[in-house]
Amino acid sequence: MSLEYAPAPESTDVVDIKAHYGLFIDGEFVEPIDGTTFTTINPATEGVLAEVSEAGPQDVARAVRAATTAHTRTWARMPGRERSKYLFRIARLIQERARELAVLETLDSGKPIRESRDVDIPLVAAHFFYYAGWADKLEHAGLGTSIRPYGVAAQIIPWNFPLMMLAWKIAPALATGNTVVLKPAETTPLTALAFADICQQADLPAGVVNILTGDGTTGRNLVEHPDVDKVAFTGSTEVGRAIQRAVAGTQKGLTLELGGKAANIVFDDAPIDEAIEGIVNGIFFNQGQVCCAGSRLLVQESVADQVTEALTQRLRTLRLGDPLDKNTDIGAVNSAAQHARITEYITAGENEGARRWTAPCAIPERGWWIAPTVFTEVSTAHRIAREEIFGPVLAVLTFRTPDEAVAKANNSPYGLSAGIWSEKGSRTLWMAQRLRAGVVWANTFNRFDPASPFGGFKESGFGREGGRHGLSAYIRSEVV
Amino acid sequence: MGVTLLVPDAAANITPDASDAGLRHVLHALPGVDQVGAEARAAMLASRSIKNEAKRTAIDLAISMVDLTTLEGADTPGKVQAMCAKALHPDPADDLVPPVAAVCVYGDMAGIARAVVGDRLHVAAVATAFPSGRAALEVKLADTAAAIERGADEIDMVIDRGAFLTGDYGTVFEQIAKVKQACGDAHLKVILETGELRTLDNVRRASWLAMAAGADFIKTSTGKISPAATMPVTLVMLEAVRDWHQRTGRRIGVKPAGGIRTAKDAIRYLVMVQEVAGPEWLTPDLFRFGASSLLNDLLLQRQRMATGNYSGPDYVSHD
Repeated sequence: MSLEYAPAPESTDVVDIKAHYGLFIDGEFVEPIDGTTFTTINPATEGVLAEVSEAGPQDVARAVRAATTAHTRTWARMPGRERSKYLFRIARLIQERARELAVLETLDSGKPIRESRDVDIPLVAAHFFYYAGWADKLEHAGLGTSIRPYGVAAQIIPWNFPLMMLAWKIAPALATGNTVVLKPAETTPLTALAFADICQQADLPAGVVNILTGDGTTGRNLVEHPDVDKVAFTGSTEVGRAIQRAVAGTQKGLTLELGGKAANIVFDDAPIDEAIEGIVNGIFFNQGQVCCAGSRLLVQESVADQVTEALTQRLRTLRLGDPLDKNTDIGAVNSAAQHARITEYITAGENEGARRWTAPCAIPERGWWIAPTVFTEVSTAHRIAREEIFGPVLAVLTFRTPDEAVAKANNSPYGLSAGIWSEKGSRTLWMAQRLRAGVVWANTFNRFDPASPFGGFKESGFGREGGRHGLSAYIRSEVV
Repeated sequence: MGVTLLVPDAAANITPDASDAGLRHVLHALPGVDQVGAEARAAMLASRSIKNEAKRTAIDLAISMVDLTTLEGADTPGKVQAMCAKALHPDPADDLVPPVAAVCVYGDMAGIARAVVGDRLHVAAVATAFPSGRAALEVKLADTAAAIERGADEIDMVIDRGAFLTGDYGTVFEQIAKVKQACGDAHLKVILETGELRTLDNVRRASWLAMAAGADFIKTSTGKISPAATMPVTLVMLEAVRDWHQRTGRRIGVKPAGGIRTAKDAIRYLVMVQEVAGPEWLTPDLFRFGASSLLNDLLLQRQRMATGNYSGPDYVSHD
């Protein structure tokens, strides 16, 4: 017999979404000066969740001014242990409001509640706790004894991990004495606005955190504002390039966390059952909309058929559907635009001659959905093996020797992450030394910890977030 | 197909005269188990939320999979008879509650149990110098034969863990094969005592060794050693029976025993059975719970779902 799981949706009673949101500037929600708004939708239903304000150039100027004032008059002067208290307070409030934030994140982004509840929100709180601990110990971080913040940090974050990316940006910036103007992604502004509420609840001094909603234009205005001292961006390589051009020749500091096309490398002596889980987690976590996703599976030829077969068997058990259902494994992709992009790549893969396999999932009528897709017979020359798809699409390639695995894994313009699956520790270390990737996972994938630095090589960007290294992105290096 | 192709063909064709070296060659060629990964997978499966109709179905299924057990030095005919009566009618106030799968007793009590349950339930007897397994082979075989003679149609044997841990796989294999022979038509469950094997690699190897030697079921524990059944251990055993089926076409059963006390835990195991081995294993013929107190919690949860009220421990019978 088969056990049919009854629907088990997480209740939405815990969230209170307003019909309209203003901009969070200088400690208060204010209306945009030119009054422009846009809507944010639930990608699982296409229903409108809320109307959000679009920050124009004058709003950007207001926010940067508030951040500058807060920096010079309050935040940078405050002893580290005082800043630390605020960060601890924020971390605790995030834990207290964890369920609300998880539901909100799932509604706005389409990711399964199991992920927002068990991964995203706990990591968000952990990140604030971690950097709260550093705020009064900066002289002991190995970054010199004259620690000076940049000033005002302009931070632009993507839609795949909205609140987690906010935490990665805001926590180290505040710990080191910077103030911030943060722009969440156009399609996922709600948890950032909830975070603004948390800042008020924590009595954070006005202007230390400012949240501006808007699209790319708002982002450009923010990056180009002359009083911004530091720019931190996570998103596409294309936008990252534009930002680097805009910042060139100014005194602004810059860190970029961009795309990836990670190799997940499975040797014939791997713990196969756990490797299958790692492959699934690597590329289908958050519908593959993960910059460090293991989108290229490199599998040793001697076990390639078996691994592919076991993988497709496993994918048949994945449950696609209502992201709020606690048993959902695969949620909705974030937007119509992303859906179109992923679909275009799937077509390209077929046209280039790779063999497509799609998990047999019933696709809901409304919303943006892509069933887990695996391409075999992929060549390193195919677009699906080279370009970042940012969706639940896995390209399977094979190798014969460890040297070949290294060569193929490194043969990418990106270098954000990689995974190695083997029971042989010496070879895992040998591989890790040769892979040009910022993060190398051994017998696991997509595991994050606030104490561990994260960031890329090559076109995946520069600068590190997390750990002691993450502090240096918000400190001016100087010798006194 | 699947990961089983990673297992040498020989694994499915081990013969009773297999040498230690030959068995080692086969068992050590099995893919390793990454403990952290296996624990994470088990934890993820434990987070499934089973509600309403699915929960009702799961509770009745779990009741029908219980091997209601008493394995105490203080067991008396009266105690065994009372347990057997409960096994036949777990909830005297509700005829819709299914009987359990079997009663599980020491071999000398098999006749007492059979007299009560007739042919309506299986009678399982532990044998082969349970729980330690420390006895001469001829004693183990005599123990088995005596239990069958008294009416047991299922034998729960223990492996020689000492032999397994010293790498003397040939001895373990031979004992299982001989006990299987002594069982005749009776079903053989092989207890690995995973709490003493310690590593998940050992659990995987012992599972394959037992299946190759003729086990109809592989069972985690005697219940006398802690830890008894755990989710990660049962996960590895479910992977083993899944792979064995893909390799040989034969389905072997799995029985976690000891430590599963709540309906919630039982449902987590059923989810794992379905998602790892497959829905074909969701039958008492292929999955059992070795338990005693679990049954009462299943009954209480069943009553709660039927009436909306949690009645309390005085509304189910205690042995």
